[in-house]
Amino acid sequence: MNEHRDYLGAKIGMWLFLFTEILLFGGLFLIYSVYRAVHHEEFHAAAKELSTTLGAINTGVLLTSSLTMALAIAALRQGKRNASIICQSITILFGIAFLVNKYFEWSGHIHQGIYPNSPELLSRGHGEILFFGLYYVMTGLHGLHVIAGVLLIGIMLSFTLEGSISGDKFNRLENTGLYWHLVDVIWIYLFPLFYLIT
Amino acid sequence: MEEQHGHIGGTRTYVIVWAALIALTATTIFVAGMHLGRFSILTALVIASIKASLVLWFFMHLKYEKRLFKVMFLVPIATLTVILGLTFLDIWFR
Repeated sequence: MNEHRDYLGAKIGMWLFLFTEILLFGGLFLIYSVYRAVHHEEFHAAAKELSTTLGAINTGVLLTSSLTMALAIAALRQGKRNASIICQSITILFGIAFLVNKYFEWSGHIHQGIYPNSPELLSRGHGEILFFGLYYVMTGLHGLHVIAGVLLIGIMLSFTLEGSISGDKFNRLENTGLYWHLVDVIWIYLFPLFYLIT
Repeated sequence: MEEQHGHIGGTRTYVIVWAALIALTATTIFVAGMHLGRFSILTALVIASIKASLVLWFFMHLKYEKRLFKVMFLVPIATLTVILGLTFLDIWFR
């Protein structure tokens, strides 16, 4: 039986899905920019409580994970299956490292009493409440995407091990890579907007 | 095979792009510390956009894709630009 594969169609489909993701986060960036324009001073004051170091570490982690993901696809296409398996595994580890770092960051804020609707936060000005609300929603939604990405790469890794993803059938791995890189692109904007406006 | 699936970058290209991304991250942190006032948001967004373009162009293979993909990508970007632009016309001139 002849297996039907539409390489180009699958890739176009993936890009169309990524466009909906761009517009999803784009809506949140729109809310952020309007409130920041209105509550300029308070956004700056609130951003001082975020750790630039933690944000910078996570930026480095995600950028490097994008590199290993790109290398995983390139390796598979050159027929280097083992190199691809190693690169995919490292990408998963980086994704988990990002989430662990995020966990410590969030729990630090929560211990200080800063979380949505907390008495400490409600005692502050509108701008700070909005800043931390957006911080939790936007980094939280991004974090969910990182979790989804890690799970997806895990599934692709098992496909690669089993052999249904290979040098001439790398379509699913490439589309997973596109998703992972988009998650990276979104973080590239989140980082300066939340951590670097002090 | 190669004809159908197109060309992609090599290891060397990817590592150079990664080094550029890390260098740009260091730059944006450094510039943010200089307190440039209202220019700091502008430089931060310009640097972020350069980084995003590098990821899209090389890691996401847009450089090697057919023109269709490049044109398609402009659609959500144009949509967002129009939405942001119209919103800020409202905010600034209200």
